[in-house]
Amino acid sequence: MGEAALLIECLLDDVAVANAHALALSARLPADWHPLPAIRSVLIRFDPLRDAQDEVLAHVRRALVTVTPDAVPAGRQVVVPVRYGGEDGPDLEDAARQLGLTPDELIAQHTAQPWRVLMIGFAPGFPYIGPLPASLHLPRRATPRAAVPAGSVAIAAGMTGIYPARLPGGWHLIGRTPLALFDPMRDSPALLRPGDHVQFIAAA
Amino acid sequence: MLRVVAPGALCSVQDLGRPGYQRFGVPVSGAMDAVACIIANRLVGNPPGAACLEITLGGTALEVVSPCVIAVTGGDLGATLNGRPLPTWASVFVRPGQRITFEGRRMGGRAYLALAGGVDVPLVLGSRSTYLPGRFGGLDGRPLQMDDLIRSTTPAGDPLRLAGRLWPSPVDYRPLIRVLPLPTSIGSSERLVSGLTAQPWRVGATSNRIGLRLEGARLPVEQPSDLASFGVFPGVIQLPPDGQPILLMADAQPTGGYPVIAVAIQADLHRAGQLLPGDEVCFSLVTQEEAIAAWRALRMQLDSPIADDEGIALAAAAQG
Repeated sequence: MGEAALLIECLLDDVAVANAHALALSARLPADWHPLPAIRSVLIRFDPLRDAQDEVLAHVRRALVTVTPDAVPAGRQVVVPVRYGGEDGPDLEDAARQLGLTPDELIAQHTAQPWRVLMIGFAPGFPYIGPLPASLHLPRRATPRAAVPAGSVAIAAGMTGIYPARLPGGWHLIGRTPLALFDPMRDSPALLRPGDHVQFIAAA
Repeated sequence: MLRVVAPGALCSVQDLGRPGYQRFGVPVSGAMDAVACIIANRLVGNPPGAACLEITLGGTALEVVSPCVIAVTGGDLGATLNGRPLPTWASVFVRPGQRITFEGRRMGGRAYLALAGGVDVPLVLGSRSTYLPGRFGGLDGRPLQMDDLIRSTTPAGDPLRLAGRLWPSPVDYRPLIRVLPLPTSIGSSERLVSGLTAQPWRVGATSNRIGLRLEGARLPVEQPSDLASFGVFPGVIQLPPDGQPILLMADAQPTGGYPVIAVAIQADLHRAGQLLPGDEVCFSLVTQEEAIAAWRALRMQLDSPIADDEGIALAAAAQG
């Protein structure tokens, strides 16, 4: 991407496998290049006066040889309590109806197993978590909301996410967590990191 | 120390940003015109990444509270000291009671004011830059307002010896941004790049530190199917469904899912950083080699030796 950046894309179809490759590669690249893992890619930025692009490419190729999906750095297990439905999750019933589920069935599926943090993006600390099974796939809402409350837990595009702050948003809001997802005064400002495993639990 | 008498359109504390936190979703932020920020710092004897004031459009007035050495660079916003033209691209000793004002834009859109010692605000995630949408960094995460005090840390050298230094080589601010194409897998095509470079674009009214919204003949969006969000950075040109490109700038989100068609070369980002709504801008295609040569030339220019000019020091002193 230009003279001072490279985007390494993983072309495998399976999102979970492609993301595992992206996270594993990202962990093997020098911190100087600020590797930024995303759903199925890694962005690196470098100074072309210090590192020639073909040398950067050669380094990436060598790193890729050792990358397999099971080489993903072990993420932490993070439990995220969620108050589902009601004022906290105003779209729960509607989302369940669109998926052909009852709200309780949707909650049961959302809390059934830990999901992986695929990437952080969109806003400071916003985790893209998944991939969710096809039974929970919904497109984004036709009309995005101008303001979504901080802590809202939402689903869309085959993933689930958590709004770290009051933000505009087009995902379906199914609940809300009291956890602080982002705090710029913390050394590690985001609660979650790519590769972490998030277990949602229903809180009273 | 300076006191804000009038904040003007938008004035915030910026340095060279916070690279390294993008994987937490944090934008790079920092000066929209990093070249002017670096030069202003060099003139007052600061490290290149010290915190400066980024003054947008004009209307800003500052009162000197205690003696200090300042340098103003970047766009020409009609800087004055006690009503008379303030020498810019130069370091100037200012004394209590004097008033620095930015009366309005004549060239460019953003001026940078460096204080010897650097603006003293806390480091947040490794940077003093203000990220306005996230309300952190800089001075309490907000634009400057009336009666704010701008303190500097203690300068390394004798302040009087830092005054009267002059930047020797003018910075090129032509509104022409050289670009490189991007891969087709993320939305670029020869047709889109030639569409981008074929016409001048107008900077739209909703442009800000996040991005410049470019208005012109609609480009045909060729949305690749199922584009998963990927890392982007200042200089990347996105093409949303309305066919009007967005040139991402300092406060852009670090990931995006819109197709991207081209990327501004690093050596021209400071030119984009001087553009404000209503301005015209053109794009031209270059090669990777030209981009690297331009970056090398700019970096050499930033390392230029600084000239002392006793005349400037004396003229400024006489105004007191």
